[in-house]
Amino acid sequence: MSKIVKTITRIAYVFIITFGIYVIVHGHLTPGGGFQGGAVIASSFALLLIAYGKEIKFLLQNENNFSLLESLGALAFICLALIGLGTTFFHNFLANSGILFGNSVAYGVNSGDLNTSGVLPLMNISVGLKVLAGIGSILIVMMISVFEDLGGESKRRR
Amino acid sequence: MNLLEHSPALIVAIPLLTGFLTPLVSKINKKLRNFIILISLLLTLILVWNFAFSYIFPREEPFVYVFGANSPGITLPSGYKIPVRIIFEIDSIGAFMSLITSIIAFLSFIYSLEFMKKYRGLEKYYTLFLLLTAGIFGMEFTGDLFNFFVFLEITSIAACALIGFHVNKSSCVNAGFKTMVMYTVAALFFLLAVGLLYGQYDALNIGILATKINGSLLDKLALGLFITALALKIGSVPMHFWVPEAYGESPSPVSMILVTNTQASLYALFRICFTLYGIVMNTALIGWIIIILGILSMFFGATLALIQRSIKRLIAYIAISQIGYMLLGVGVGLTTLENPQLLQNYGITAMRGGIFHIFNDAICIGVLFLISGAIIYRTKIYDMNNLGGLARNMKYTAIFFIISSMAISGLPPFNGFVSKLLIYESVYKLNPLLSIIAILISIVTLANFVIVFHGVFLGPKLKKFDNINDAPKEIILPIILMIILIVISGMFPDLFLRNLVEPAVKSLINKEIYISAIGI
Amino acid sequence: MIIENFPFITCMILIIFGIYTLLFKKNLIKLVIGITIIESGVNLFLVTLGYRENSVAPIFTFASSEKMVLPTPQALTLTSIVIGFATTALMLSFVIFIYHHYKTIEIDEMRRLEKR
Repeated sequence: MSKIVKTITRIAYVFIITFGIYVIVHGHLTPGGGFQGGAVIASSFALLLIAYGKEIKFLLQNENNFSLLESLGALAFICLALIGLGTTFFHNFLANSGILFGNSVAYGVNSGDLNTSGVLPLMNISVGLKVLAGIGSILIVMMISVFEDLGGESKRRR
Repeated sequence: MNLLEHSPALIVAIPLLTGFLTPLVSKINKKLRNFIILISLLLTLILVWNFAFSYIFPREEPFVYVFGANSPGITLPSGYKIPVRIIFEIDSIGAFMSLITSIIAFLSFIYSLEFMKKYRGLEKYYTLFLLLTAGIFGMEFTGDLFNFFVFLEITSIAACALIGFHVNKSSCVNAGFKTMVMYTVAALFFLLAVGLLYGQYDALNIGILATKINGSLLDKLALGLFITALALKIGSVPMHFWVPEAYGESPSPVSMILVTNTQASLYALFRICFTLYGIVMNTALIGWIIIILGILSMFFGATLALIQRSIKRLIAYIAISQIGYMLLGVGVGLTTLENPQLLQNYGITAMRGGIFHIFNDAICIGVLFLISGAIIYRTKIYDMNNLGGLARNMKYTAIFFIISSMAISGLPPFNGFVSKLLIYESVYKLNPLLSIIAILISIVTLANFVIVFHGVFLGPKLKKFDNINDAPKEIILPIILMIILIVISGMFPDLFLRNLVEPAVKSLINKEIYISAIGI
Repeated sequence: MIIENFPFITCMILIIFGIYTLLFKKNLIKLVIGITIIESGVNLFLVTLGYRENSVAPIFTFASSEKMVLPTPQALTLTSIVIGFATTALMLSFVIFIYHHYKTIEIDEMRRLEKR
């Protein structure tokens, strides 16, 4: 890819990742949430892979770490659901309790408070982690396969 | 705090949790991973049996579990008139099918410990396997249409990825792609129908929809879409083209659990036709549509199996044919639903036969897939033309093949005979021609298995099979357990019919009990 | 009547285009695109079900009026989009493997190669 694309990518991907984290964490107040924010962050990975190609060693060699992150995100989601098993599965044990995200929500139209609705932001973060790791792994594996096809037949994995 | 009261959630959550743990534990130690999966599937099996026999079968009413509420039984929080949360509603037929799933998942895992030992990428295999199991349990427990769609898609993704597991063989990858396309189209039609019903009645819960539904034009359109989508997933005949490839190209333990996946969609078809649409639509017409699908599946399944050369594809066509029996039995019951006298006369017997045949089909076709897997494990040959004379080397496998093929063809004293006799007797009273076709197709099924037995096991001993012994212990063990189950359910069918099948049939016919459990 | 039901007519047209692509096209990538088109049609149908006249988005943060569209179809559509993404990823992975085996992704040429 040309010099212009590489320069703009180097500036832009930080903003894309920040926007993605904003969308994930504010999932209970504004449109967004786990999947949407994770997809935004994964699109920054796609941008890096397309602009720089084979030079992104950070992504192309860290496939195992992405798998690990994906499993951790999924485990965190299920464990958060299981902690509420005292009452029911998926019970929101942090809402209106005052501990972590525990404030009560004002009724009607309000200016949103980040510190509300209990387990939801935590689940949003774990789902976002899983989605970005999952889409990241898919992108990395497909790009490795494309580079092998372009780079010669001898590199095909069995 | 009674943990057993939360069993429905635990039964779905434990395989899911283990499935997500598997990639992490695989990096540490492989034997530890196998041990953890064994413990979790055993725990799920114990939970399912305990839950079914202490909470569901003794009582008449379904068990309701609300996700995220202040107590598992609160369907209507204070001030609400309709349930707003996702509800698992388990009645006798859901429990019956989950019993079958738990046995088959456990035995399939023990089989794949030895069968898949030599392949790479096993942590992905086990993760997908556990996801598939969790999805099938979710499909059988849920009381909410959209939740059913989500679990349907979970199982279709996991199943298709498992079908294409051997990525170095082009036929497996082809089969995986074709199956994925068919499953996705079916699920999208299902979602379209759910959207149609939601747009009219503003409810997704099956119980609430069953009270509000009237037979308007959009409802009929939704029923047509439901039957098309679910008939595609079952593999009934106009849409059966994915079945031989999916069952024939996947690894053998996966073929066994795919049968259970198919039966969960069959359960959904029955739930929609009996509980959701019930008396609102003309059940005679829907019943006859299901009977015609059943007859076509029976006929084409058994006759197309005669020309197959690969053992697993032949068993897949026989599986299509057996789905026809289940559709025939329950379809006859559906035709008589509005007429209580005919229902007592032959409708209930037909439904008993159809539902008991679900159990028989899962066990018999499952063990046939495992036996063909044992043959492939030893000889590495799929094509029947190149096999022969294996009865001298693999004695026990031959005996188990005889028992299971006699069972699925409907010969006494095995369990296939019981369910097929119930179907023959009751269908004869509706229309004698259907019953005669069913009996003839049983004979053709037996002919198929005679061909396989003669081609694979009988004959002179071949030179190239000189050092082939019988299959190893871990592969024979699940086969022996399932054969014992076949023999017991054939010798004492009354035990199974009275305790398992009768409550299931009653819960399908009485839709008021299902609706009143929600609490309105 | 057509102006009011325009989104529903668009859904039907999208689904019919998708089914046409599935039935008549021979390239595997085109099949995957056809399934994506059907999916878009179904998602559009779900979102349109929730629309109410003169209503705003169902978000309470700095909302401009109390009359809002239904939020449940939006949750259903979001789940459906996620599932569609996963199935598309799996189908495209299968297409990559098929390309490695056959060096082509047209169904006719694959059939000819298999018969050889």
